Amino acid sequence: MAVLTFDHAKVWRLGADIDTDVLAPGAYMKHTIDVIAQHCLSSVRPEFASQVQRGDVLVTGPNFGIGSSREQAAGALVHLGVRAVIAPSFSGLFFRNAFNLGLLLLTCDQALQVQEGERLSFDGQSLCRTNGEHLGCAPIPDFLLEMVEAGGLLNLLKRQVTTRADVSQSA
Amino acid sequence: MQAPQTLAQKLIAKAAGLAHVKVGEVVTCDVDLAMFHDSSGPRRLQPMLEALGASLWDPKKVVLVLDHYVPAHDPDAQRIVAFTRKTATTWQLPHVIDSEGICHVVLPERGHLKPGMFCVGGDSHSPTGGAFGAYMFGIGATEMLGVVVTGKIWVQVPRTIRMHWQGRLHTGVSAKDMMLHMIGTFGMNGGQYQAIEFAGPAVHALPMQERMTLSNMSAELGAQVGLIAADDVTVQYLQNVGVSNERLEDARRWQSDDGAESETHVFDASALAPQVAAPHSPANTRAVDVFANTAIDVAYIGACTGAKLEDLRAAAQVLRGRTISSGVQLMVAPASARDQALAESEGVMQVLRDAGAQVLPNTCGACAGYGATFAENTTVISSTARNFKGRMGPASVQVYLASPWTVAASALRGRITDVREVV
Repeated sequence: MAVLTFDHAKVWRLGADIDTDVLAPGAYMKHTIDVIAQHCLSSVRPEFASQVQRGDVLVTGPNFGIGSSREQAAGALVHLGVRAVIAPSFSGLFFRNAFNLGLLLLTCDQALQVQEGERLSFDGQSLCRTNGEHLGCAPIPDFLLEMVEAGGLLNLLKRQVTTRADVSQSA
Repeated sequence: MQAPQTLAQKLIAKAAGLAHVKVGEVVTCDVDLAMFHDSSGPRRLQPMLEALGASLWDPKKVVLVLDHYVPAHDPDAQRIVAFTRKTATTWQLPHVIDSEGICHVVLPERGHLKPGMFCVGGDSHSPTGGAFGAYMFGIGATEMLGVVVTGKIWVQVPRTIRMHWQGRLHTGVSAKDMMLHMIGTFGMNGGQYQAIEFAGPAVHALPMQERMTLSNMSAELGAQVGLIAADDVTVQYLQNVGVSNERLEDARRWQSDDGAESETHVFDASALAPQVAAPHSPANTRAVDVFANTAIDVAYIGACTGAKLEDLRAAAQVLRGRTISSGVQLMVAPASARDQALAESEGVMQVLRDAGAQVLPNTCGACAGYGATFAENTTVISSTARNFKGRMGPASVQVYLASPWTVAASALRGRITDVREVV
């Protein structure tokens, strides 16, 4: 279950209402995810795409991911190695997209207590701040956790298709 | 006796093959129709289908619309459009609508929707289908892959938030104003990914395309769906687009039961002024007088939200026999070729051209921000759905959202204008 926890992840702190068009700007939507990812969050944090490290987490204000259905908004974060996004609330459409791409989202009412540059750990149930304070997160249904563990819906479907083929061969 | 059910619960229960469902329950539904476009569709799905070695569950239940990258102005767009057309042939898709309008408008226009259906769309404005009493919502490409392979999708049964509109709208006040007002009141995530149901006499007095504007912008309210129970107006529209009476027999069955649990908000349409959303969020909505006299460079009437036949008629009613202010550019991108042809036959297009409008292709155009957008430092008033920073051009572009009435009135004076002063 290591994929569902993290230790001392570096925090990038953002404001409220971060929309899909800021995560995956329309002008680059023609391109592949590596190109889109280079422009992820560029209008609010120009240094983000070049400086984010694999394993870092985002802590944001409410309504993260509002706007478009473009899953590249979540895909760009996955491509850059972002481990999780922690916010008081998410757009429902973005929420589905993120889990479908294997990105862990943690709904935490007190997210904005966490500061830029802090180190944050997650034990599968609550967050632990640098100062030792614990912050509770809303529980995530098992089938969504399974999606994160598998690395996204595509990998789960691969298993299903393979299982189906095995069954029909053995029949 | 079974507890009264909301329209949302009934639609989900039917798709899940259950007699009834409880709010909060996660169920798997059979998908009646999957719609996607040239951006979210083949170019994303085909490589994943190939990786899976899978094929489409049912091509008859798929509708592909080319609307985001057409007309293809650059090599990247040309490549995407060519791939989309080639894949449509390989998949033997029977329903392909190519460069004839925006997906959310052409889908009902071609008779693909009816009350009682359960549908998904590869676009965030897919809740538009809710105007027809269908449970329809937007999903991303990977989730769409799941749908086209299995024909199924999960949903968590939502609570219902009932937006009850009493009274009657004044001339020049429209569905767009109702929607901007609700988004301004509740915020862009006020819908909490639950089901919104629009109800009351002011909603049922609206023609079908105005109802579509309500359901369409449920996306900006953060709802999963924006439903409107079918009535005579719905049935009449669907008969006109060729849906057979046999398929419409159960149309009126799709209603919330009396006493079904919902959170209800009551509004008075008679008291509603035209609304304007300031940059850079639809939630920055105030009555038009707050922004009156803001000078504009461009007036844009476009998108699934704001350039349907009803929207073009509204703009023509303002602009008939008049010309727009010098120094203002008025752009009109009719939402579908069929709507444009009807507007042409009614003389609506001529009124708009005579007023000084430049007519653009029947596509998402500047709204999606995928192709041609506005220049640096432009101030725009637009009938579209979103004014996020950088969406419709450089970050310096200032986009105000309003109804087609208000956009036309503002084009006339070169500044944001209360349309009630000119009609």
